[in-house]
Amino acid sequence: MRIILKLLFFLTLLINFSTLKVFAAGSPELLKVDWTFKSFFGKFDRASLQRGYQVYNEVCASCHSIKYLSYRNLMEKGGPEFTEEETKAIASNFEVIDGPNSTGEMFTRSARLSDKFVSPYANDEEAKSANGGAYPPDMSVLVKARKGGADYIYSLLLGYEDPPAGIELDDGVYYNKFMYGNKIKMSAPLSDDIVEYSDGTKATTEQMSKDVVTFLMWAAEPHLEQRHKFGFRVIIYLLIISILVYFSMKKIWSRIESKV
Amino acid sequence: MSDHDYQPSSRLGKWFNDRLPLLTLSNHLQEYPTPKNLNYWWTFGGILTFCLITQIVTGIILGMHYIAHADLAFESVEHIMRDVNYGWLIRYVHANGASMFFLAVYIHIFRALYYGSYKSPREVIWIIGMIIYFLMMATAFMGYVLPWGQMSFWGATVITNLFSAVPFIGESITNWLWGGYAVDNPTLTRFFSLHYLLPFLILGLVILHIWALHVPGNNNPIGIDIKKPSNDTVPFHPYIVIKDLFALLLFLIVFAFFVFYSPNILGHADNYIEADPLVTPAHIVPEWYLLPFYAILRSVPDKLLGVIAMFASIFVLVILPWLDTSKVRSAIFRPIYKQLYWFLVADVIILGYMGAMPAEGTYLIIARVATIYYFLHFLVILPFLGNKEKTLDVPLSITEPVLGGYPNHAKTKDKTTIKENL
Repeated sequence: MRIILKLLFFLTLLINFSTLKVFAAGSPELLKVDWTFKSFFGKFDRASLQRGYQVYNEVCASCHSIKYLSYRNLMEKGGPEFTEEETKAIASNFEVIDGPNSTGEMFTRSARLSDKFVSPYANDEEAKSANGGAYPPDMSVLVKARKGGADYIYSLLLGYEDPPAGIELDDGVYYNKFMYGNKIKMSAPLSDDIVEYSDGTKATTEQMSKDVVTFLMWAAEPHLEQRHKFGFRVIIYLLIISILVYFSMKKIWSRIESKV
Repeated sequence: MSDHDYQPSSRLGKWFNDRLPLLTLSNHLQEYPTPKNLNYWWTFGGILTFCLITQIVTGIILGMHYIAHADLAFESVEHIMRDVNYGWLIRYVHANGASMFFLAVYIHIFRALYYGSYKSPREVIWIIGMIIYFLMMATAFMGYVLPWGQMSFWGATVITNLFSAVPFIGESITNWLWGGYAVDNPTLTRFFSLHYLLPFLILGLVILHIWALHVPGNNNPIGIDIKKPSNDTVPFHPYIVIKDLFALLLFLIVFAFFVFYSPNILGHADNYIEADPLVTPAHIVPEWYLLPFYAILRSVPDKLLGVIAMFASIFVLVILPWLDTSKVRSAIFRPIYKQLYWFLVADVIILGYMGAMPAEGTYLIIARVATIYYFLHFLVILPFLGNKEKTLDVPLSITEPVLGGYPNHAKTKDKTTIKENL
């Protein structure tokens, strides 16, 4: 048993060590939010996801694509869980180019559930030229692609401030205390009441940031709830079977005088 | 070995076994006499076999959905994560499985270092093990390239560029490796092909590793030769099987924790950005298990010498059975070596940490000192220590308290300390 404790001690050391490394480097302390999707049983706040989609759709989507999400994902379990009608209505607001048809022509139709999210720009070059040379990153896995994850995106959205004395900013460049190098080409995207929530929630900048980051976390990890649920079951199962095997082992080894 | 005269009980079994002695093999694996004092550090062999099989099985499934093409690889990984049934689970098991594999292999290697398992007559087991370790690193590196994220691309660029340090033909070698003039689609497709091939070579070597182990039998915590079978041994099944299983289950709990609750913590955020040859990430860092070697590489100011130092750091391990001149295997009976062993462990952890930090200022100085100490340990201290160190008396068997062949009270005390240490 002593050796097992030793082993566990080493493993915890190792885990601590690796997490330290992840968070060691980094400029100002990120704003921390008590996300509902963290922790062992973490789930998304359904209402927050739906509001987050609204913020994404009305604000972010004018520049940022989410090319790996499909409209059908919006009604799937573990996501915003819009009803099928709502989702179909959402999809029908977008137009996709399909074809060729039987006469060889490409045609435009409204999007269906099976379509991927329509991107705001036809290609990366158009996206760049429309945004002063800066490419607005695709948001599909954005939360996972930034050190600090959800906290980082949240902090960034609230991190806009006047540049400190001595820092000159070019036109179209903004100061953000959480951005790497502090210079960002996106102007502060959110301001109070920029969207009107249908559920009556007050659309403060903090609230919208929280909602949209929740939505982006889901977009990056659509199976997060299932993963957490599975993980809990797997670990409980492993614990039980470990205990059973432990006592079987004791029993078997008791046939000889050596101890395990 | 006693199992050579094994006879199957059924007539069909006998008929088959005379033609292909699989039943003899199976009997040998069950009866295989194993030292009864093996501690939990010895369970990592079984854990590693499990890791290899897991990687192969999950890898084959991922290979059914993955597309090895520079324009499609990143998207196909997202397809696996989103649309393939339990694709997220398979991919996270595979990605974290690599880290778990290395965690286990490092424990396995350091166990061998502590108990002197590399010494005669087990040199060949050790060398095969080192070849497996080397292939593991190559496989893991190429696997990390496949998602075609930013770290994939730039990691591949940095590592393949190492070969350009070879005098005269360096550039030709790198172009040959890339299949072009930069890391691009041909590089990705060949890495995929090799990433699929190497695990099967590893599997073959693992079989040789176990075969070579079954010739002299297991080393054990007190590092003495034992009579087999005897009072000192137990049959592999069920004693060792159940113990290995128990350890494996504990290992799986840690594994599951990573897979289900922090599947990306061991990776790098930049690898969720699709590869872009025009944008270099701020810090190019390999996966954690390669960091000590990365630190050694960067701590040498000259590129070619750095590459040589990096490969030499593995090569000194290969020739370790001849560098360590001590006749006593286990560190339990080598008081000075025992201290130095922990220094080495600390040294390697420091190297790993420095490998993750930018190579400048104090970090670089510490990395250099740690690199020098690493080579000093193997090339100077171990050969010298073997002849000088005053070792403790080694018992003659695991069960018998007879130490050094004569009864003595101090030795009886030793026996309890031995037990404590196991």
